[in-house]
Amino acid sequence: MQSKPLTLKILDIASVLALAIATYLALIYAPEEAMMGQVQRVFYFHIGTAWTGLLGFLFAAGLGITYLVKQDIKWDIAEVAAVEISAVFFFITIVLGSIWARPIWNTWWTWDPRLTTAAITELIYVAYFMLREGIEDPDRRARFGAVYTLIGGLSAPITFLSIRLFRTIHPVVIGSGDPNATGTFAMTPRMEVAFFFGLFAFTVIFIDLFWNRIRMGQLAAKVEQMKLNLMH
Amino acid sequence: MFPLDAPPDTSAYMIAGYTVFFIVAAIYIVSLLIRWHNLHQDMTTLEAIEKENKLKEEKLLKVEKSKTTKKSGAKKSKAVKKK
Repeated sequence: MQSKPLTLKILDIASVLALAIATYLALIYAPEEAMMGQVQRVFYFHIGTAWTGLLGFLFAAGLGITYLVKQDIKWDIAEVAAVEISAVFFFITIVLGSIWARPIWNTWWTWDPRLTTAAITELIYVAYFMLREGIEDPDRRARFGAVYTLIGGLSAPITFLSIRLFRTIHPVVIGSGDPNATGTFAMTPRMEVAFFFGLFAFTVIFIDLFWNRIRMGQLAAKVEQMKLNLMH
Repeated sequence: MFPLDAPPDTSAYMIAGYTVFFIVAAIYIVSLLIRWHNLHQDMTTLEAIEKENKLKEEKLLKVEKSKTTKKSGAKKSKAVKKK
């Protein structure tokens, strides 16, 4: 395996720096929200991880289509990388949302359309890895994975639009949502800085992790091929 | 002017949220490093097995070659004796 490229090393450092700055902006720079108090600061990372998580699932669907068209294993490796990182980010989104909901909604969890669609999306991608584990033939596994991400990718826009289409208590920060939503707030300019930098930071972190995970996937494919060669 | 109510103290939830974030992120990064390390170990082991197999194959080929040369040598000497 080739040593780490310089660009990736720079990206690693940039990701750590971006995360440090995003944390500073969220915890110190942004003002305390008047109605919710300190827990509102969870929102910056909640949205950041949701943004990369949902976009990552859509991206994985795109990579799945590319694999089906080109039949090249490198697209499958990239697809797995995108799904894995997105699943981790989206898991964080759900947990942070639950922690925020406890003092604001007075409950850790409620079967609201947004929460339900988010939980279904996460479970779809947990099942994706279970499906892959059950198939030994690499080509068959890649083909099934591609079709699965293609169908699973539909859950991302449904989750995103759920608070805009259905009656929900989940707040909509950008755009107009349900007037019955609990926990809605108007962002001050400093909050906007923390919010948009959070989106940027998590995008950089996603790209960095994605590249690293692809390298690992390539090594895993090589090892698997060597194992198959030895067996036959 | 009326004094504004102070916001509720929800700092414990904020701390819990950020702690969860950093713990999950750390676990994921450590899992990546461990998997990377394990794959490297697998790779070196498989390469060693492949080398061993190649050496064995070469030895077998040599033995087979020497057997065939011996056989052909014995046949030739028999033919010479008959003559």
